[in-house]
Amino acid sequence: MTLTLGHFLSLGAMLFALSVIGIFLNRKNLIILLMAIELMLLAVNMNFVAFSYYLGDMHGQIFVFFILTVAAAESAIGLAILVQLFRNKSSINVDELNTLKG
Amino acid sequence: MDVKAGLFYVFSALLLFAAFRVITARNPVHAALYLVLAFFQAAMIWMLLKAEFLAIALVLVYVGAVMVLFLFVVMMLDINIDSVRQGFWRHFPLAGSIGALVALEMAAVLMGGFRPIGEPKNSGSLETMAGQFSNTRELGKLLYSEYVFPVQIAAVILLVAIIAAIALTLRGRKDSKHIGANEQIRVKAGDRLTMVKVAATQPAQPRVEAATPVATAEVEKKA
Repeated sequence: MTLTLGHFLSLGAMLFALSVIGIFLNRKNLIILLMAIELMLLAVNMNFVAFSYYLGDMHGQIFVFFILTVAAAESAIGLAILVQLFRNKSSINVDELNTLKG
Repeated sequence: MDVKAGLFYVFSALLLFAAFRVITARNPVHAALYLVLAFFQAAMIWMLLKAEFLAIALVLVYVGAVMVLFLFVVMMLDINIDSVRQGFWRHFPLAGSIGALVALEMAAVLMGGFRPIGEPKNSGSLETMAGQFSNTRELGKLLYSEYVFPVQIAAVILLVAIIAAIALTLRGRKDSKHIGANEQIRVKAGDRLTMVKVAATQPAQPRVEAATPVATAEVEKKA
């Protein structure tokens, strides 16, 4: 039994589904939401790398490289916003972020 | 079942377990540590896929930088765990069914659609010099030839992230005597310089008397 592309793609799908579940479960905790987003990006990257290997095309790996860059920038800014939020509200509960509600 | 398949199953089992613990862990610090474990397992799986550079970059960038940032923030903030855990199990049936749906759909489509691609297809030249093939060199060649402008854009994105993160979290010290750049730019000539109309000749008789002691004092000081 050898590894096929399907194995890696199913692993990516399961990882993605787990992080979707995580977003639903931890609706109030902003930090866990950010972590679930990181997991989703990891699942997508897994698919890119698997396709790149099985189709013999390096461009997929280049794309992963850029996704890593953007994800690092995103999490840095996201955490900065989180810190600001905690300073102003003393809580990271998503339900309390209704200042813009009409 | 060869060694590679066995390793794949071990790594993916650990990866899924770590991901599961990330989303269910009670303490956010534990969640961050499990996320580190998940990234390590993913890096190992990428090694199996012969993407060495990306595997090492994942460990360096994610475990070394992003997760340290996460841990730092989690430990800095004093989070009330009980309030953010409210409604965790109430959402579980919905979350579980949606997650299972997503997983089954994606697995069905992906397994059905890509079953024929069993063996990795390498572009011919790579196999011929199997011993000397360097994943990093190939990536570098592509990055700095075909993808030069995207690399520049990525660099600009990182710069924006640096500036935004610092600008968001910087709190100016109250006691520092810095000057605001915007106030300096917006200053008008009238704020700094006032023109006073002075008569050319003055009836100077009483003033001279008052001024002379000062003038002599200055001369004495210089001497």
